[in-house]
Amino acid sequence: MTDTPTTDTSGTQRRDVTLRVNGAAHAISVEPRRLLSDALRHDCGLTGTHVGCEHGVCGACTVLVDGAPARSCLMLAVASEDVEITTVEGLTGADDSLGPVQQAFADCHGLQCGFCTPGFLTTITAGLRDNPTPTRDEAREMVAGNLCRCTGYQNIVAAVLRAAEIQGGGS
Amino acid sequence: MKPAPFAYHRPGSTAEAVSLLAADPDAKVLAGGQSLVPLLSMRLAAPSALVDLGAIPDLDSIRVEAAGVTIGALARHAAVLSSDEAAACQPLLRLALQHVAHPTIRNRGTTVGSIVHADPAAEMPVVLRLLGGSVVAEGPAGRRTVEAADLFVGPLETSLGHDEVATSAFFPALPAGGGVAFEEIARRHGDYAMAGVAVVVRREGEQLVEVRAGFVSVSDIPVVVDLTDVVTGGGDPGEAALASLEPAADIHATADYRAQLVRVLTRRVVAAAVADASSRSLTR
Repeated sequence: MTDTPTTDTSGTQRRDVTLRVNGAAHAISVEPRRLLSDALRHDCGLTGTHVGCEHGVCGACTVLVDGAPARSCLMLAVASEDVEITTVEGLTGADDSLGPVQQAFADCHGLQCGFCTPGFLTTITAGLRDNPTPTRDEAREMVAGNLCRCTGYQNIVAAVLRAAEIQGGGS
Repeated sequence: MKPAPFAYHRPGSTAEAVSLLAADPDAKVLAGGQSLVPLLSMRLAAPSALVDLGAIPDLDSIRVEAAGVTIGALARHAAVLSSDEAAACQPLLRLALQHVAHPTIRNRGTTVGSIVHADPAAEMPVVLRLLGGSVVAEGPAGRRTVEAADLFVGPLETSLGHDEVATSAFFPALPAGGGVAFEEIARRHGDYAMAGVAVVVRREGEQLVEVRAGFVSVSDIPVVVDLTDVVTGGGDPGEAALASLEPAADIHATADYRAQLVRVLTRRVVAAAVADASSRSLTR
């Protein structure tokens, strides 16, 4: 963090910050009011994170902050330098293959329009780390903070259980 | 849905945070941001500057002692919730924290931040008030302790000065013979409650000597009602609580419906707290 903010021609304060996203450093210059969700999309070019309600209700913008799910629309980019951020782009394998939760969503038809999906994928990835073998009820609880307007959640819950199966070595 | 422009400060000490606040009457404190950032995005708040506590060392501590649990200003709800020591010392903390938003919000939101945000629909201000806890605040004149009874003055308003930073909150331990319970009803899982009730009771031997209830989303500030005489006299705690409260109507519930929730929840939660005290006395 540079403690001396710069001021652009319009008189707006800007700061140089470095975000660590999916293992890579992104040096960006942002206004203090820049939400982390917007910084990821517009400044880092990582448009996998989707912005829905912009006030923390819908869960579409959920990313992992030091491994734990957080709403990127409720964080400021300037306050996010000390953490390791994982977006949906960071859930794929090194060879661009789908991660286990992504594969489970494909297997179970866990998405229709796909807008909410990045938030579900990040949330479930962290959820299965805490609880690798959830019951159906625990799977529902795991995704209770994320809204989906297409699927009715049935196939998302099925995908949570399927992802647990894939991660556990099942076929 | 983008915040209005503001300046951003990230002080390295509480003293520096206090002087930044003292120098700018329109500056606001940022901790977890889970309540403040939505207000910024909706432009219901447009501070000139944010003073972020995030880089101040040691503010995230959770200290458990015989007397109670002291929670630092940067301790996240999730950290307090997962502390077995804190839950053993004062079980009402965990019971109430399970109802604070969703796990994703609890990963960032802070317990002290929720208290000084003083939302009438929030759980932790009521828990602090019911337990007779306190907040430590640092300001230009130094450090002071504010009792919960003196902290809450209105919706989203506390008695803390603009240039004071709440650095910790203290929740007294559950005493011997004590029992607690918490329940709330919300329209959606994880949403703000239409009504919630927290109860503490205390027994001396077989005799119930204390029954007190705190109410979420029922009044502008956390209110505690003493139900000891009603419950020990065999009366209805639900009706007795309503006699001291005036549940209001809002977009989520009519006044009558909210009163019914208070009536039913109070009976239910008092019974659960009495049962909790009994089961604890058996296991001691």
